Amino acid sequence: MSRFRRTIRENAVPFALISPAILVILIVVLLPLLFSFYTSFSNYKLIRPDTLWDWIGLRNYERIMGDWDFWVAFGRTVLFLTVALNLEMLFGLGLALLVNKITYGQRTMRTIMMFPMMFSPILVGFQFKYLFNDTIGLVNNALQALGITHEAIPFLVDRWWAFFSIAFAEIWMSTSIFAILILAGLFAMPKDPVEAAKVDGCSNWQVFRHITLPFLMPFIYIAMTIRSLDVARAYDVVDVMTGGGPAGRTELLWTLIARTAYDDARMGRANAMAYVSILLSIFFTWYFFRKLMDARKHLGAF
Amino acid sequence: MAEVSLKNVVKRYGALEVVHGIDLEIAHNEFVVLVGPSGCGKSTTLRMIAGLEDISDGEIAIGDKVVNMLPPRKRNISMVFQNYALYPHMSVRENLGFSLKIAKRAPEDITKAVDDAADILGLTELLERTPAELSGGQRQRVAMGRAIVRHPDVFLFDEPLSNLDAKLRTQMRVEIKKLHSKVKTTIVYVTHDQIEAMTLADRIVIMKDGHIVQIGTPLEVFERPVDTFVAGFIGSPPMNLIEGSVKDDHVVFSDGRSLPVPPDFTGKIANGRRVVFGFRADVLMPKGHTLAESGVLHDIDLTIDMAEPLGSESILLTTLGGQDIQARMHNPRPVTSGEVLTCELHLEKCHLFDADTTQSLRG
Ligand SMILES: Nc1ncnc2c1ncn2[C@@H]1O[C@H](COP(=O)(O)OP(=O)(O)OP(=O)(O)O)[C@@H](O)[C@H]1O
Ligand SMILES: [Mg+2]
Repeated sequence: MSRFRRTIRENAVPFALISPAILVILIVVLLPLLFSFYTSFSNYKLIRPDTLWDWIGLRNYERIMGDWDFWVAFGRTVLFLTVALNLEMLFGLGLALLVNKITYGQRTMRTIMMFPMMFSPILVGFQFKYLFNDTIGLVNNALQALGITHEAIPFLVDRWWAFFSIAFAEIWMSTSIFAILILAGLFAMPKDPVEAAKVDGCSNWQVFRHITLPFLMPFIYIAMTIRSLDVARAYDVVDVMTGGGPAGRTELLWTLIARTAYDDARMGRANAMAYVSILLSIFFTWYFFRKLMDARKHLGAF
Repeated sequence: MAEVSLKNVVKRYGALEVVHGIDLEIAHNEFVVLVGPSGCGKSTTLRMIAGLEDISDGEIAIGDKVVNMLPPRKRNISMVFQNYALYPHMSVRENLGFSLKIAKRAPEDITKAVDDAADILGLTELLERTPAELSGGQRQRVAMGRAIVRHPDVFLFDEPLSNLDAKLRTQMRVEIKKLHSKVKTTIVYVTHDQIEAMTLADRIVIMKDGHIVQIGTPLEVFERPVDTFVAGFIGSPPMNLIEGSVKDDHVVFSDGRSLPVPPDFTGKIANGRRVVFGFRADVLMPKGHTLAESGVLHDIDLTIDMAEPLGSESILLTTLGGQDIQARMHNPRPVTSGEVLTCELHLEKCHLFDADTTQSLRG
């Protein structure tokens, strides 16, 4: 005990100096977190503030376990994440490899490549909502004018077309994150192992497969980590394009949570869903981070 | 069987020509060393043989096949790079076996070939490590091992020892020489270290500014350099070169002193011609400190500026014809600065070069 006191006394000045920062963090981060965690055990409804004190234990969580809609949204989010991340990775890789080959005007290309990231996701949502609209949409009009289709494709209505459209928007917006990070990897890539591999008998494809790709993996995993956090909480693009509908056909976790919280005003229930959803983010972050560490381990000598 | 033949090979980077049409015939199993100062085009030449650089003009053949348009993988060559270029994400074993794996050889064959190579190079204990866990010398040996597992037609080495300390370099030099007698393959070896060139080569190719200046065995280039550049480049210390003009079978220097025209050249050179008189430190020795050798000797008195004792011999620094020159003293005794010693010059081992063209005047 006396040792603890001594530590306090000796470090009084540093403690005093960082205390404002600690205080701010407590107020801004920890309190809301604790509050939302608490509400997930209550029957809190936004329109009836007094229900905040209505402690119902694990009931919210038990309900979620048996809530088919929630688990469908959960599964759809995982599917969405898998599709979006893999395609973004493939397109980003392709884009980076192409841009890396350009010798003239590469800077300009790199800047252009960043454009989709500069738009607000809400605007991207609107843009694709109108592109894919079945009566006035540019895509349907173009397809029909060219005689490729005769009837409008229900891009935002059909279950799978809507999934495709949303994924398309998401991928359009964020492929450049992969492209930029992979391009950074390509710039940092040493030339020697590539030449050694060529001499060792590799075709261009084999050089890519055995030398370039392993070198790029850490960069890809960094992008994956960032993007998995992003996509697991996808909300704005989806909400603008389909609002999770029609009839819940494109409901993802966070559109469902938002609806529960604000349309149904069931804040306690929504917070419980959010805590379950966060497990997903934590899992993906942990998974990609572990992959990243594995891939980086051997690159010490590059 | 693989001869390597370069015919009028040119390399241009845009408008800049860095290799100006070189011709070189390398015999099967020959150990050829390309040597020259930095930037003279050695690496570029080697990389053109490897197929890592395009050839702007001319023809390269390996065996009886013109390889101008062949990618590196179709040339059956191995290359050791200056900074090793190991695959960092693979273990030593995988590094060594990589080319065999790409060639789709059976796993047992690969294991055996890798174990053999590791045995030759003393890498057996290191097989499961990654390159990051190796010292420079060990990485160098892995790079070498990666080259030898595949029994290529030609080995290409680009300054493989330049990153090693002096002791390790000497040791590896011996290893490479042994390796060559063991695996019997054509080797093209690039270095800027003339000692490496002398000790390893069957033939030395001396390059300068993208041209080949001289091709010959180590003894030939040492004893009969074609110009002052080769004379100064090969041998340590570099050859003494003193400018003067010929007068009545003597070369007269700017300080009025003179030396007789060496016997090989007497009667061939017109009076008044500007020449460079060249001889190595090894053929100028103080009387009483020579190696017992006979020949055409010429005595000359020299004022010693400084002596550098090396133990079994000393290098004497002195001046002649306004030039700093070096002499060698066997069984050395202490020499004080300013002391005048009578030295013997082995005239038949001296050279004359044209002062303007720098070419040797030997017929
Ligand atoms: N990609 C390139 N573009 C333009 N010039 C180049 C390029 N690569 C090499 N050079 C030039 O070609 C010349 C020969 O280069 P090279 O690398 O063959 O020299 P080197 O003899 O191997 O020298 P070192 O002993 O320093 O390795 C140099 O003058 C160099 O500047
Ligand atoms: Mg070089």
